[in-house]
Amino acid sequence: MHIVVCIKQVPDSAQIRVHPVTNTIMRQGVPAIINPYDLFALEEALCLKDKHGGTVTVITMGPPQAEAALRKALSFGADDAILITDRAFAGADTLATSFALASAIRQIQKNMPVDMVFTGKQTIDGDTAQVGPGVAKRLDMQLLTYVSKIVAVKPEASEIVVERRAEGGVQLLKTSLPCLVTVLEGNNQMRFANMPNMFRAARHPLKLWNREEAGIADDDIVKIGLKGSPTVVSKVFAPTPKSERAEMIEVESGDPKDMAVTVLSKMFTRFPAVEKEIAKRAR
Amino acid sequence: MTDAAPAKKKRKFELDPKLAGYKGVWVFVEHERGQVHPVSWELMGEGRKLADMLGVELAGVVLGEPGEQTRRFCNEAMCHGADLCYLMADDILKDYRNEPFTKGMTDLVNAYQPEILLLGATTQGRDLAGSVATTLQTGLTADCTALTIDPDNRSLAATRPTFGGSLLCTIVTLNYRPQMATVRPRVMAMAERDASRSGRVIEHPLGMVESSIITKVLEYIPDAMQDKPQLAFADIIVSGGRGMKKPENFQLIWDLAQVLGAEVGASRPVVQAGWVDLERQVGQSGKTVRPKLYIAAGISGAIQHRVGMDASDCIIAINNDPNAPIFGFATYGIVGNAMTILPALTEAFRQKLAAVKKAG
Repeated sequence: MHIVVCIKQVPDSAQIRVHPVTNTIMRQGVPAIINPYDLFALEEALCLKDKHGGTVTVITMGPPQAEAALRKALSFGADDAILITDRAFAGADTLATSFALASAIRQIQKNMPVDMVFTGKQTIDGDTAQVGPGVAKRLDMQLLTYVSKIVAVKPEASEIVVERRAEGGVQLLKTSLPCLVTVLEGNNQMRFANMPNMFRAARHPLKLWNREEAGIADDDIVKIGLKGSPTVVSKVFAPTPKSERAEMIEVESGDPKDMAVTVLSKMFTRFPAVEKEIAKRAR
Repeated sequence: MTDAAPAKKKRKFELDPKLAGYKGVWVFVEHERGQVHPVSWELMGEGRKLADMLGVELAGVVLGEPGEQTRRFCNEAMCHGADLCYLMADDILKDYRNEPFTKGMTDLVNAYQPEILLLGATTQGRDLAGSVATTLQTGLTADCTALTIDPDNRSLAATRPTFGGSLLCTIVTLNYRPQMATVRPRVMAMAERDASRSGRVIEHPLGMVESSIITKVLEYIPDAMQDKPQLAFADIIVSGGRGMKKPENFQLIWDLAQVLGAEVGASRPVVQAGWVDLERQVGQSGKTVRPKLYIAAGISGAIQHRVGMDASDCIIAINNDPNAPIFGFATYGIVGNAMTILPALTEAFRQKLAAVKKAG
């Protein structure tokens, strides 16, 4: 069984700081990590490999520094890693990104058929959850999003059964391979990298694919990067503060009890609906 | 890579004449187990505004099984502001599945050519939106927090938090149609229902046979409602953030919530640290809420969190940093130690409740 896992290198949001005066992001020195949601996809792929055997290939599209994310994935146990990197990809929105990734996966398929493509449910920097569905459509693969559990994979029957999170419940779905699965968080935990894999990851000859190597012909340059992106950012701005700042509750005594009583009485005067809501709970 | 391309030089925009035939605003009416998702009516309210700005019609799009139910959904769509409905009724569409819904929606768009298509950013809406946009090769802006029409070029201007969440960006889709956007539940206010409204229903066939569809639904397991937090629809929420310092201190949040009969929320760092369940995360990558009262303790108020809760009617913020951004948009601010202020609030609310009870 051959599983391709799409990952993305993202800035560690826990360490992003906002400039207190200009309200802009201070990107300097923010460490890059593998998108946390993608780790659930990678772990799920590695579990299937443990069970059924096979190969796990990780791919990412990004700048040359994204190599670090791929080496990390190798250290967890992925077998091969491909970095799709070219200036021509810069400025891609989700439509252009799915074109490039799908094209690269088609190249991978030329060497070894791909049974499944795994992605995280979304990234933590873009939060769009669109690239997975886009790649599935372009590869004409069955799409299984928000998969909370892989119930069974039968490679010989080319069949997979999964639980998919829907709005009010869970759908139990059966489909045929090849398929693309976006894996929901929380149902597994990334394994620790072991010593042999860490050594292997450091030495592994990473494949670097430029546009042509990713299978994108000259004619298709209009489908990648900025040119291939229908959406355009027309403006970026800091959120406007609400018309008024918070009314600060200050009491002479500095006693929390007095603060609590003060804020409640102010609130009930100005927001009778809140007082009503709370009164409801007394009954 | 960014999630959208950076701005180019401003120049006069002219729509490709081939696209000029795309007219009207559509809202996908999402339903599951006989219930329309409230986000559809929230979008209908927003869609109405956009359609009026453009001077075009607003349509609901209903895909589902034949029968009284989908007819009723069309009728409800009109009551919530639609001028007409496109209905695709087929037994194949009984349960949501990506393949037939993508084909259905794509066919409808190609046949009737809307300029704007809005969907809820739910598991169903996002699954469908990404597939339809790719099939149609058009632009899609995810998880918008505001929608309007750019007066210069009549295109949809969709605003969403951008990279890292500390800034907002407005995204347009110029020479592609339809312009697609998803909006999360509770971001927009629900449209008023007007039972006297009606409109026409246009039926269109799906044109698929079940045997051609590879993915099958074996079973649907509904959630047990009682053990899942219903944050999005809660009237009172007490939330805690990193400023609570230790997981044990989070008990103070639970205590206050219990007295108030409130739901407990949290900011992302706290969820990532495993102090509370993912279901309770409020913000850009969690839930969007609009309660009557939101109490935020030890939450700095980064835009990530703010976009998920600033539609709350009243916000009480407690933080030991007087410069915390949350004081820039909360209703009431208390500078101090949440570990002493929370118990005081709990006690004050308890006394209030006792007083109400006594008064009968």
